[in-house]
Amino acid sequence: MLWQALTLQLGYNATLVAIGAMLLGIAAGVSGSFLFLRRRALVSDAISHATLPGVGLAFILMVALGGEGRNLAGLLAGSAISAAVGLLCVQWLTRNTRLAEDSAIGAVLSVFFGFGIVLLTVIQTMQAGRQAGLDSLLLGATAGMLRSDAILIAAGGALTLVLTLILRRPMIMVAFDEDYAAARGLNVRQVDLATMALVLAVTVVGLKIVGLILIVALLIIPPVTARFWTDRTARLWLLSGVIGGLSAYTGAAISASAPQLPTGPIIVLTSFALFVLSLAFAPGRGVLAAVLRHAAFQRRVHMRQGLLALAQGQPIYERYTIRLLRRAGLARADGVATEAGRARAAKALLDENRWDILRAMPDHEAAAALYDGMRPIETVVTKDQLTEIDARLPAPREVTA
Amino acid sequence: MKPISIAATAPHAEAGPQPPLSIRGMTVSYGQSPVVFSVDAAFPEGSMTAIIGPNGAGKSTLLKATLGILRPLSGTVTVHARPLNDQRHRIAYVPQRASVDWDFPTTVLDVVLMGLSRELGLLWPVRSRHRQKVLDCLARVGMAEFADRQIGQLSGGQQQRVFLARALAQDADLYVLDEPFAGVDAATEKAIIAVLKTLKAEGKTVIAVHHDLSTVVDYFDRVLILNIRKIAEGTVAEAFTETNLQAAYGGRLATAQMGALG
Amino acid sequence: MSGAEFVPLSLTPLLIGVFAAIGCALPGNFLVLRRQALIGDAISHVVLPGIVLAFLVTGAITTWPMMIGAGGAALLSVLLIEAIRRLGRIEPGAAMGVVFTTMFAGGVLLLERTDTSSVHLDVEHALMGNLESLIWLDARGWGSLLDPVALAGLPPELTRMALTCLGVAAFIRLFWRPLKISTFDEGFAQVIGMRTGLIGISLVGVSAMAAVAAFDAVGSIIVIAMFICPPAAARLMTNRLAAQVGWSVAFATFAAVLGYVLAGYGPLWLGARDSVSAAGMIATVSGLILAVAALFGPARGGQQA
Repeated sequence: MLWQALTLQLGYNATLVAIGAMLLGIAAGVSGSFLFLRRRALVSDAISHATLPGVGLAFILMVALGGEGRNLAGLLAGSAISAAVGLLCVQWLTRNTRLAEDSAIGAVLSVFFGFGIVLLTVIQTMQAGRQAGLDSLLLGATAGMLRSDAILIAAGGALTLVLTLILRRPMIMVAFDEDYAAARGLNVRQVDLATMALVLAVTVVGLKIVGLILIVALLIIPPVTARFWTDRTARLWLLSGVIGGLSAYTGAAISASAPQLPTGPIIVLTSFALFVLSLAFAPGRGVLAAVLRHAAFQRRVHMRQGLLALAQGQPIYERYTIRLLRRAGLARADGVATEAGRARAAKALLDENRWDILRAMPDHEAAAALYDGMRPIETVVTKDQLTEIDARLPAPREVTA
Repeated sequence: MKPISIAATAPHAEAGPQPPLSIRGMTVSYGQSPVVFSVDAAFPEGSMTAIIGPNGAGKSTLLKATLGILRPLSGTVTVHARPLNDQRHRIAYVPQRASVDWDFPTTVLDVVLMGLSRELGLLWPVRSRHRQKVLDCLARVGMAEFADRQIGQLSGGQQQRVFLARALAQDADLYVLDEPFAGVDAATEKAIIAVLKTLKAEGKTVIAVHHDLSTVVDYFDRVLILNIRKIAEGTVAEAFTETNLQAAYGGRLATAQMGALG
Repeated sequence: MSGAEFVPLSLTPLLIGVFAAIGCALPGNFLVLRRQALIGDAISHVVLPGIVLAFLVTGAITTWPMMIGAGGAALLSVLLIEAIRRLGRIEPGAAMGVVFTTMFAGGVLLLERTDTSSVHLDVEHALMGNLESLIWLDARGWGSLLDPVALAGLPPELTRMALTCLGVAAFIRLFWRPLKISTFDEGFAQVIGMRTGLIGISLVGVSAMAAVAAFDAVGSIIVIAMFICPPAAARLMTNRLAAQVGWSVAFATFAAVLGYVLAGYGPLWLGARDSVSAAGMIATVSGLILAVAALFGPARGGQQA
């Protein structure tokens, strides 16, 4: 069943939804990565919660005009308008009062959502509202969806993706270096606004699939996951889009394969699984790699400090340093150097003295800037330079190593 | 494995009075490269030391790690030969002005009262003698008439003076200042140095991260020259030499500043 | 309206709403100043998986297991956010977004896969609470306030919320100085020997406690709104912390009372028959208060540095 779902053999609607979800996931991953780079990930939370009053008002309005309150296109249009108003409120509060952005986001999301709930209770009392099913927009529901809704979602996903791809260049420039982008003549505010518009579009299209509370996950988790695999802005958005598309597609397919597997939560949990794997195992920024690296680094620092102390006849205060030296056979338990330890210590001291000379030489500033207390000097200067440095050493020294 | 007490058997165990602050083997790193490497330093009682070095030399980092604000990779700190944590009441710290949010809803008086935290504890009420003490400290930095001002309305120099007044209120004997002269007006600089010199005259120990090489000789009696490692430490006469500065600043040492050595 | 009608039907929900609002607004002042306003948002989302798990374990809707489940989930989310922030070097906002959406998704999934048809447990209830139903059936009028028999029939939510509110207030009062100093200048606080990490965690813990207790009575919307709106509006009224906290309590109380009244009677005044969600209306009123403060508050402008 799952295999059939993954290969799009579960019927026309499910196929449309899976494709739409994938397109939306890519668009969300890409536009979310720009939010993430601008450190404004949670603005999306305000935007998504602010859709609710628009949904309610659109329903009431459509019924009042004698129409069908459940028309998805109408509801989504209403949600887009109220989300835009919510976004403007966040920006106005941040710009015109002393409140920080997080307070503005929290205020807008709770107030808009609260007002939306008020409207929902109003709708429940309306004759037409008994079976409105508006709560499906809270959590998303793709089961038993109308054909026209499925088409709308697929088309909306495609459109959002196309817009994102068109706008990606200026967004990359602004995310990468705001000042440089401004100097190149880009209007940073307009680009930010365009990013927000995309996020808004993603939110609105995603309402029916994942629901307004969980759409935030599609905008945040993929870029955070992608961040573990690359340090480059230019790759982050691409990777984030791939991760977003993959999570959304897989999630939608899994959800279609069995009853009682709601689409939104499954998509979110799929992307979270990818996140956890990345957090743990990504090379470079992953936790496992970082822990190993830090331990090795701390060992090197203590070793070097211990050797320098030995070379200069100073006492060693830290137990860890002594333990390391002892284990390497360089010192005895009382902190006195062994034969091998003395040789290594002399080499370390020579290295330090050479660095001192190098750092005082005005024409080697670039090389001197690489000093970090541990780098062997041979790795930053040529043989000739080393001879030059050695010529300036205060007194000739015997190197036993 | 038996724990080894190195300090007790150390051949160099110092005799005589213990310095108010001593740092041994301090290494701090952000990520994979050390910004402070294996620094030893001791600050004698009644001295006034400038910590100098180029940007990124680890001056503020050394202070923060020493005071336990940052966690060092290795290193021990003693205050009057005892662990830092037993001696915190003897230390007054003046952070960088930019490290706090000056939009915080509070007044000058309240900020200086923070210096009396130890005395006030959790719930003791603020009495008139506390208030008087705060006003006295503010008067010493020339800010008495600003006591009720909201801190967001102060100029940079005034903010710095308020921080100094808070440190004075602590009645410490070791004053640690992180760039007290950064971005302040000339009058404030004068006022601050006058207060610091009075502290020194009272036998207190002062340590400040300092940027302006041209005033080192006038303001301080000792220097600690730092560039990741300690380059030199000692009286201004011994340690504040062209060779040492060259070693710390390299090509970055502007000729204009060298002139200050006279 | 007479006491005979007001006391049994409206007095207790009103009081519960007020206590919940104050209990959340008090720690909210510090969260807003520490740029941690959205912790309240995160906590209120993760409460859902906590109560669903508690239901799965006990098989019934009982208060204490649910509160423990919710509290445990809140604690877990805070730990996870902190772990992701530190281990992955991810900015706090994004780390928060990852954690609360995932936990909420887990809660929804659990709920869908569990047979809850026999009990009143659904997402909407979790969001909106059920303030209107917390009535005092044993009351006959104002006199019942002095009648021990009637008092024994007070809804337990009232006692719980009042005690929580009192506990939160005591915490804020007792640790006022450390909270203030470590919020303003963490480095200084550390140097004078304050355990700033512990203070920060306690604040979040107390906020979580208030959120869980309030959630049980009034749903999560009020929780988020009350953590942020009254303190934010209060911040725009004054430049003194003590005064700010005072304003926030006043705003929270006002929002709770006016919101409850508008939800219950507003539609009647407009000619409709049914009332609307009190929780939603209280959040809406708090937003209006913030809007007014943002437009006219004497301390609304930021520092122009």
